[in-house]
Amino acid sequence: MKTDVKLFENGKRRDGRKPDELRKIKIEAGVLHRAEGSCYLEWGGNKVIAAVYGPREAVPRHTQNPLRAIVNAKYNMAAFSVEDRKRPGPDRRSREISKVISEALEKVILTEQFPRAAIDVNIEVLDAEAGTRCAGLTAAAVALADAGIPMKDIPVSCAAGKIEDQVVLDLGKEEDNHGNADLPIAIAPRTGEVLLLQMDGHLTLEEFDKALEMAINGCHTVSELQKQAIMKKYQSNEEGD
Amino acid sequence: MSETKREIVIPSQLLGDAGKNKAGSGTFIENGKIYADTLGVLNNRGDYINVVPLKGRYDPQEGDFVIGIVEEALSAGWLVDINASSPAFLHTNEVPWDVEFGETEKYLNHGDSIMAKVQQVDVLKKIQITLKDRNLYKIKGGHISSVEPSKVPRIIGKKGSMISLLKKYTRCRIFVGQNGRIWIDGDENGINKVIQTIKKIEDESLSYGLTNKIEELLKKDSKEVH
Repeated sequence: MKTDVKLFENGKRRDGRKPDELRKIKIEAGVLHRAEGSCYLEWGGNKVIAAVYGPREAVPRHTQNPLRAIVNAKYNMAAFSVEDRKRPGPDRRSREISKVISEALEKVILTEQFPRAAIDVNIEVLDAEAGTRCAGLTAAAVALADAGIPMKDIPVSCAAGKIEDQVVLDLGKEEDNHGNADLPIAIAPRTGEVLLLQMDGHLTLEEFDKALEMAINGCHTVSELQKQAIMKKYQSNEEGD
Repeated sequence: MSETKREIVIPSQLLGDAGKNKAGSGTFIENGKIYADTLGVLNNRGDYINVVPLKGRYDPQEGDFVIGIVEEALSAGWLVDINASSPAFLHTNEVPWDVEFGETEKYLNHGDSIMAKVQQVDVLKKIQITLKDRNLYKIKGGHISSVEPSKVPRIIGKKGSMISLLKKYTRCRIFVGQNGRIWIDGDENGINKVIQTIKKIEDESLSYGLTNKIEELLKKDSKEVH
């Protein structure tokens, strides 16, 4: 795709980042009082809040699994999260994202400990600037840990992509709109297992391998921030408010 | 202060070798290594590595005394919320009253609180509770507070030391359910005192010598009152 938007200047991207540099990330655990676990996350211009409820009885009853818990992630974009008002309510895109995030989280949660229960994860995108599914999943993972839900790993997500024939990490808004490809992934950082992998656009096999490696490295960086956020909340709690 | 702190672990944190130690609660084994599965406090007791959760639902054990809130009256019993991952069932045979079939609503209804005992938890985590034990009944009056179920041992204290302190200084009747619900009855000042103290215990549950600290606090306050 040829465009008149220049995404690179003197080896730097529009926002001054290097090709393998992430946007600024801020994570805070346990921000909501009524939820069992929660997380607020800022990732560049993305602002996401995630809340976890449960495990509790799954309703309607026919959705219950007698052997394990079901994980219901709900991804929702606020009407004011994008420049043109987004029509509120679930649409095809948000249903897809909810589904892939649910399945990614289900892989790490020890669901067999809670038969017939449901774990509800609500992800609310307050401000969007490309890569909200990665931000949402990353926030959801912190919220799950904050809720005290047993997990094999704390999942983490990050994207890589291709702009002006160069593979870069963590696409920004302009880069996503005018770039050639976007590759969001989620992994379990302890084992390196891939939990989510989607691709939009075209990449050659070599570019794909490079982008995947780059995204995995990005995931590990974000994973450290997640762990710091959880530790920070509970260590400060210990010293008293 | 490092001695008064306990180590906090997060899920997926490496805790040890399965060859040297045994994996206790809150942990799992993968490829011969032991990892934490919940956010909690590390607790090494003997060969076992345990993680005591900081938060999370109540995991019912047979014989536990709990405080439940009735969700629904069915024809042959009641569904009771005991803060577990699924509701508990209280059968009409397990209550001290003679209940006719279909007349369960005459005895317990949605919103009523009961003290109960966990009678059975099966492999699929189906929970049965009973009222047929001493001192179990429907709660009338008083106040119910909630704490994290994992903090209940701290509220009770070693051999009930903490809870007897609370009873002594506030002159309240207190019943601590293993599921993190606490029933308090007494005069208004007493109840408020208990609620405040419980909050304090919960917040500082990780520090050592807490019972002595709480005793000093309660002593000081009771002097001010007299």
